[in-house]
Amino acid sequence: MSDAIAADHFSHHIRRYLFVFYALLFGTLITVGASYIPFGHRAVNIGVALIIACGKAFLVAGYFMHLISERKMIYGVLAFTAFFFVGLMFLTVWATHDFPSTSVVH
Amino acid sequence: MDIPYTVQPRQDTGLYNAKVGIWLFLASEVMLFGALFSSYILLRVGAQEGYWPHGWLNIPVGTANTVVLITSSITTVMAWASCKMNQFGKFKLYHACTILLAMTFVGIKSYEYHDKFTHYSIKLADGQIADGHLVEKSPDFDMVKKTGSITIHGHVVNLLNKQGPELQNELKKLYDLRSPEGRAIEHVELKYTAPQIASLETYGPWHNTYTAIYFTLTGLHALHVIGGALVIGFLWGPGSKLWKTDPERFTNRIEVSGLFWHFVDLVWIFLFPVLYLL
Repeated sequence: MSDAIAADHFSHHIRRYLFVFYALLFGTLITVGASYIPFGHRAVNIGVALIIACGKAFLVAGYFMHLISERKMIYGVLAFTAFFFVGLMFLTVWATHDFPSTSVVH
Repeated sequence: MDIPYTVQPRQDTGLYNAKVGIWLFLASEVMLFGALFSSYILLRVGAQEGYWPHGWLNIPVGTANTVVLITSSITTVMAWASCKMNQFGKFKLYHACTILLAMTFVGIKSYEYHDKFTHYSIKLADGQIADGHLVEKSPDFDMVKKTGSITIHGHVVNLLNKQGPELQNELKKLYDLRSPEGRAIEHVELKYTAPQIASLETYGPWHNTYTAIYFTLTGLHALHVIGGALVIGFLWGPGSKLWKTDPERFTNRIEVSGLFWHFVDLVWIFLFPVLYLL
């Protein structure tokens, strides 16, 4: 592929990368701004921040890491990873009920 | 003998070997950070009411570092795209920016660590807690010999004989610095002689479970930033000779190092709100 053709082929990719970059910056500002809004319960603030973080993570993984158009094998590896990661988080959330009702504070 | 599948994809995977390798490595990294995130959840949920810190980290500084890392991600992907477009000069420029941004990130993180290592929590002999940043220690300050004095810029909190809402309000002056009570604190210069002090410690990893998990998570992340920057630095410097002999293989190396770098950015996307904002 000649340099000119290669550059032309990649120009739309570059526009997409720049769009993702601006979206990530915007997402960061939204995350910080939302943390100052009292939603009534801190759990809501946590939920909002994590939803925005998941959106940003999707942009990075999907476009910068090209997971939007990757080979099946990579998806297979990541499916296993996601299964065990989600399992780990669920086990953690369930295990929180094992805590004693009063903690010792030094 | 040449290493196989450095450029050509294998028939069974459809990928060159290094790409399979980096994704398997990143999968293990997800579980490593996942384990630490789950530890964070356990520590936070298990903390007694009012004792989990909120607002202990500088949000503008953390935001600036987030912007630095996001910018380094775009320069990384642009460096790879430049290789694909056969523009080696632009690759050099973009990855020089990546390396500078990585150094900026580590520099800002070091500043934040320094802030914590000079932040003292002093338990006074009368049971009150003095909390603030170190101004000066007298040369003869020694807690064992009980000599000398220490001066901090901070405030005093009295948790003694307080219960219920009164205790929670007082705790906010120490643990919830984004609450109205926390924001209303006025810092003054406080000087104590060693005999007035029962014990003192900085806000290092030993201070409480929050600082322990904060330093563990951000320290491990910073090590990844340093490691990634070293690899990118090598590929930018001596490793770039490969471009002349085997540009496709070199481009694949840039892609693989870039995947690692984006993962480091991805981890920070979660670390920032979890540690700084929530």
